[in-house]
Amino acid sequence: MYEMYYTLILILDSTVRLSTPLLLACLAGLYSERAGVVDIGLEGKMLGAAFGAGAVGYLTADAWAGLLAGIAVSVGLGLIHGFASITNRGNQIVSGVAINFLAMGLTALLGQTWFRQGGKTPALPEGGRFRDITFPFAEELRDVPVIGPLYSELLSGHNILVYLAFLAVPLTWWVLFRTRFGLRLRAVGENPAAVDTAGISVTWLRYRAVIACGVLCGFAGSYLSIAQSSGFIKDMTAGKGFIALAALIFAKWKPANAMFACLLFGFLDAVAIRLQGQSIPGIGEIPVQFFQALPYILTVILLAGFIGRAIPPKAAGIPYLKERS
Amino acid sequence: MTAGQLPRWVDYGLIPLLNLAAAFLVSGLVVVLIGENPLDAVRLLVWGSLGYGEGIGFTLFYATNFIFTGLAVAVAFHAGLFNIGGEGQAYLGGLGVALACLALDRYVPWYVTLPFAILGSAAMGAAWAFIPAWLQATRGSHVVITTIMFNFIASSLMVYLLNNALKKPGSMQPETRTFEVGGRLPFLNDIFPAAGFGYAPVNLSLFIALAACFLVWLVIWRTRLGFEIRSFGANATAAIYAGISPVRTIVITMLMSGGLAGMMAINEIMGSQHRLLIDFVTGYGFVGIAVALMGRAHPVGIILASVLFGMLYQGGAELSFEMPNITRDMIIVIQGLVILFAGALEHMFRPAIIRLFTPSQRLTAREA
Repeated sequence: MYEMYYTLILILDSTVRLSTPLLLACLAGLYSERAGVVDIGLEGKMLGAAFGAGAVGYLTADAWAGLLAGIAVSVGLGLIHGFASITNRGNQIVSGVAINFLAMGLTALLGQTWFRQGGKTPALPEGGRFRDITFPFAEELRDVPVIGPLYSELLSGHNILVYLAFLAVPLTWWVLFRTRFGLRLRAVGENPAAVDTAGISVTWLRYRAVIACGVLCGFAGSYLSIAQSSGFIKDMTAGKGFIALAALIFAKWKPANAMFACLLFGFLDAVAIRLQGQSIPGIGEIPVQFFQALPYILTVILLAGFIGRAIPPKAAGIPYLKERS
Repeated sequence: MTAGQLPRWVDYGLIPLLNLAAAFLVSGLVVVLIGENPLDAVRLLVWGSLGYGEGIGFTLFYATNFIFTGLAVAVAFHAGLFNIGGEGQAYLGGLGVALACLALDRYVPWYVTLPFAILGSAAMGAAWAFIPAWLQATRGSHVVITTIMFNFIASSLMVYLLNNALKKPGSMQPETRTFEVGGRLPFLNDIFPAAGFGYAPVNLSLFIALAACFLVWLVIWRTRLGFEIRSFGANATAAIYAGISPVRTIVITMLMSGGLAGMMAINEIMGSQHRLLIDFVTGYGFVGIAVALMGRAHPVGIILASVLFGMLYQGGAELSFEMPNITRDMIIVIQGLVILFAGALEHMFRPAIIRLFTPSQRLTAREA
């Protein structure tokens, strides 16, 4: 019994680690899409940020400098998306696809040119990586039944970005639903003409949303390269940006739901890793691929309207035209 | 600022060329950033793709893939749908081709296998597009999101099938056995030795792709169905008012689109690899978006854009061989820039060009 409890704690522990980048990217998408800018470039921005963080983290041996660089790269890519989809009123999906291509190509190309390790960045030096934080008394409490593992395994022992990611959930809720900026941001995603009539710039609001999205994607990408692992690897996002997008839809564009959706998808991933090659009594061996596909299958089922209804912000994906010329 | 304000040659010729020029200019800057000479790079790229028979053969081979995936995206565009699931549909198309070839290759010659392979690939690709289409048509779930999800589901499904059901017995590689002669399309080099395509895998699928272009033109511009598709894409409300069924139009368009994407596998699996393997699509489905945008969703434009992207693929490979600093990832960067400038930023130069053309038009009007 206790063995099972401990296994559960371990699975939940890796759930938290695996959910963090999804959660950060999902919240990033939340800002953008709530303001009416669809973003399928989350993947590319995360990848760009991971590379920026890995490269600068290696060169400066400073994790915070790495994080800043990651955010800068991600915001830069976000601004390209903004320039295309807000200023030039281009197709937001096409722009997102372009961002993904650019990030994939540039990270590998520049990585090879600068570091010559096949697109990787060199392993981070001491200080270049965010270390795990051990809570006070975590070691002493480890052997206390029930609460011990919960405290010292699950709650303690993550790096700062994990805690920041989960703090970002109430913060995002507060910003979006309790501030004037948030009200306007949501309004611009539902009915930009009304916001415009009130004398507020739709363009500037949407740009701020895209920048907020870039900052959070920067955290997500940096987490991958300088917190979870020690350096950037080619294509290290491996579809996480798209899972975050699925989670965003699954969460019906709400912050708290986003956290639960990301935890669910992270949990599926953790279980898949745990069950790899193991047989479950009565069911047999479940293929890993099933767990990998499950987040997408669940999202499609949700989109089909079989479990609740996912209604996107009304103006999402539609460029705003101030007046007809 | 509608398209009608500009002469057709500007809209279909000058603006795409300007966009393309901007994309290549920025690509040149990337090459400079890496510390190589962009003009040398262009020379190597053009020579590598068009300078000798084998290079041309490779260019045409890649172009064949792009024609299929480009047509797939273009057909959906005409109904106002965005199919970005070409990647998954082509992957599943590979399953259709492989099943036909594995079943028949030992008993019949290739020309008997071919119709079944075409049918298999198109049916599989179409089937993979069906659920997103049906969900869009009846439940309103956005086809862009569902097709992305289906790309990933396809990827997991195919890895599972290749590892558990289709793998060659006793092999560790997740791929099927190699097809016998009855499951291989003839290389163009064997049919026309004079062309000197050498070892380039360009094969009969090129002609199937060109035939598909003609058929798409015929269906979209010369049939009642095509009229319905284009009407629905131009103004869905008006089309529905005129009695065009939205469910029927969406589903049929997406089936055609998925089928075309699936047929890409004929070139890659039956024409070149001669076995089904993991991740053979490698981005062709996504690049189809760029091809369709560049080609303005018209078959002729798509052929031109496909040859251009084929040149990028083949020339880029040659380039990375001659200039080791420029890895093959440069091709991905250029593709990204082309998608950005020709797709998302397609209106960037338009206002300036309209300003450039409007006064002269007014003058002509006054003279008349």
